[in-house]
Amino acid sequence: MTDRPIARRRWHIAVFLAPALLVYTVVMIVPLFQTLALGLENVRDGATRFVGLDNFRVLFGDPRWSAGFWNAFQNNLVFFAFHMLVQNPIGIALAALLTVPRLRGVALYRTALFLPTILSFVIVGFIWRLLLSPLWGVAPSVLDAVGLRFLFAPWLGQEGSALIAVSLVSVWQFVGIPMILIYAALITIPSEITEAAECDGITGFKQFFKIKLPLILPTIGLVSILTFVANFNAFDIVYVMQGALGGPNGSTDILGTYLYRTFFGFQLQSGDRHMGAAVATAMFLFILVGVSFYLFVIQRRMRRYQM
Amino acid sequence: MATAPSQRFRMGLVHAALLVYTAISLVPVLVVLMNSFKARRDIFGSPLTPPLPETASLAGYRQVMAQGDFVLYFQNSLIVTVGSLIFVLLFGAMAAFAFSEYRFRLNSVLALFLALGIMVPIRLGTVAILQMMVAAGLVNTLTALVLVYTAQGLPLAVFILSEFMKTVPEDLKNAGRVDGLSEYRIFFQLVVPLVRPALATVAVFTMIPIWNDLWFPLILAPGEETRTVTLGAQIFLGQYVTNWEAVLSALSLAIVPILVLYLIFSRQLIRGITAGAVK
Repeated sequence: MTDRPIARRRWHIAVFLAPALLVYTVVMIVPLFQTLALGLENVRDGATRFVGLDNFRVLFGDPRWSAGFWNAFQNNLVFFAFHMLVQNPIGIALAALLTVPRLRGVALYRTALFLPTILSFVIVGFIWRLLLSPLWGVAPSVLDAVGLRFLFAPWLGQEGSALIAVSLVSVWQFVGIPMILIYAALITIPSEITEAAECDGITGFKQFFKIKLPLILPTIGLVSILTFVANFNAFDIVYVMQGALGGPNGSTDILGTYLYRTFFGFQLQSGDRHMGAAVATAMFLFILVGVSFYLFVIQRRMRRYQM
Repeated sequence: MATAPSQRFRMGLVHAALLVYTAISLVPVLVVLMNSFKARRDIFGSPLTPPLPETASLAGYRQVMAQGDFVLYFQNSLIVTVGSLIFVLLFGAMAAFAFSEYRFRLNSVLALFLALGIMVPIRLGTVAILQMMVAAGLVNTLTALVLVYTAQGLPLAVFILSEFMKTVPEDLKNAGRVDGLSEYRIFFQLVVPLVRPALATVAVFTMIPIWNDLWFPLILAPGEETRTVTLGAQIFLGQYVTNWEAVLSALSLAIVPILVLYLIFSRQLIRGITAGAVK
């Protein structure tokens, strides 16, 4: 459009963009980089100095720090594994059930199944603490009713089971996300494809695994990376259910709670913002590695597969 | 139709599976809501029965109202959520309009710069955000939370809204230009009304994590005056852990607003996800 004065229009672009870019840059991007920079400094002889990678040497190698850090990292991996192995398969299964042709009440099921996802961690954590508490005993009486009373134990209070219990609660809460994303992918599969499959006698389970699943692999990849970012950034569910120490005895401590304690201190531990920044930087790097792996390895391969 | 009975049987299995999982997702919430209306003895005695006329009690609610400042917390949450929402929608729509409407040199670079925020959690910048808020004297103010949530919500809002704005017909905007409308009026009077459904979707997406957030209220605004419902409930639940009537009532009070909101907007939310997820 040559008849529009270009020079005048450029101002509009700046005006439209300025507020969003300003807030985003000042409140999010600059602090992110400042945090990374803070991780390279520490207090030496009463003055803040640049110490290079010293904080990371301490964090990864000095037993006073590294034991807790690697424990949190390991727990975080377990936490992530549970989401990948339990949450996402259940989500896929539910989505597959919801897209069964001629099923009634889909909207109702969808709404109900997605509901836990919108509740806050505080509520979810507390609901489950109450239900699983040996004091109130809803869980024991439910198990009693189905004849499985002997299975009951104070799961949240035992080192061996606490992390599993917390992971499963988080899975309970967030199963709606993979469900709805996969559901969205499934309903956009062109009907010609499924009809062609039906003509060839491929129906039901076989149709799902042979035809639909390969088609929704990119969405499963997206769900996996979203799960990864959310899990390695998690904090609330552990904080609410097991406290900032990730009890019992650090068995549910994940990177989020470790960051919180390092930065703000807790009980006898005093806060250290430089080490806190180092922990945040380490988390940032983990997430960056995961996201890059997804973008450059997984997503690229899937595109090729689709063509 | 020789397959009709087996077809019906299979449908039955599908419903059975879905119903079992629906129960798994709803029963825990229902147990809490139900028991919040019961007296202490019945909460323990018969946790799985609904409140009957002889067991119903509002004692828990009375205690919560007397002890906690829940009204204040609700007000704070409301101010923070609505405030952030307005900024996210306004600034987000403006930026999305610029990205989808104009061709300029930095277009794709800036769009990518904003998209970074979808993958990188703002939480990782907390250390420096707190420093900044301390320096600006904004600690323990709702403004600090609004700023953080606006920054947090913008990337996804811009991303979703630009997709939608690309679908607004070019002719319409050009007709406006021929009629002498300024670019601002084209945006506010022609484009914004047309993308209202998308704005509603983004609003629901943005609102839920803000209302539910615990991390930033805990760090930026833990003071008594600025507590949000989530933080207030967390503190209250921690303190009164032995007072079961009050705890259950407090939980229910924190659940109900988001539940109502969800039931109102659930179609919008799910439509938004199903429309926006696979592009």
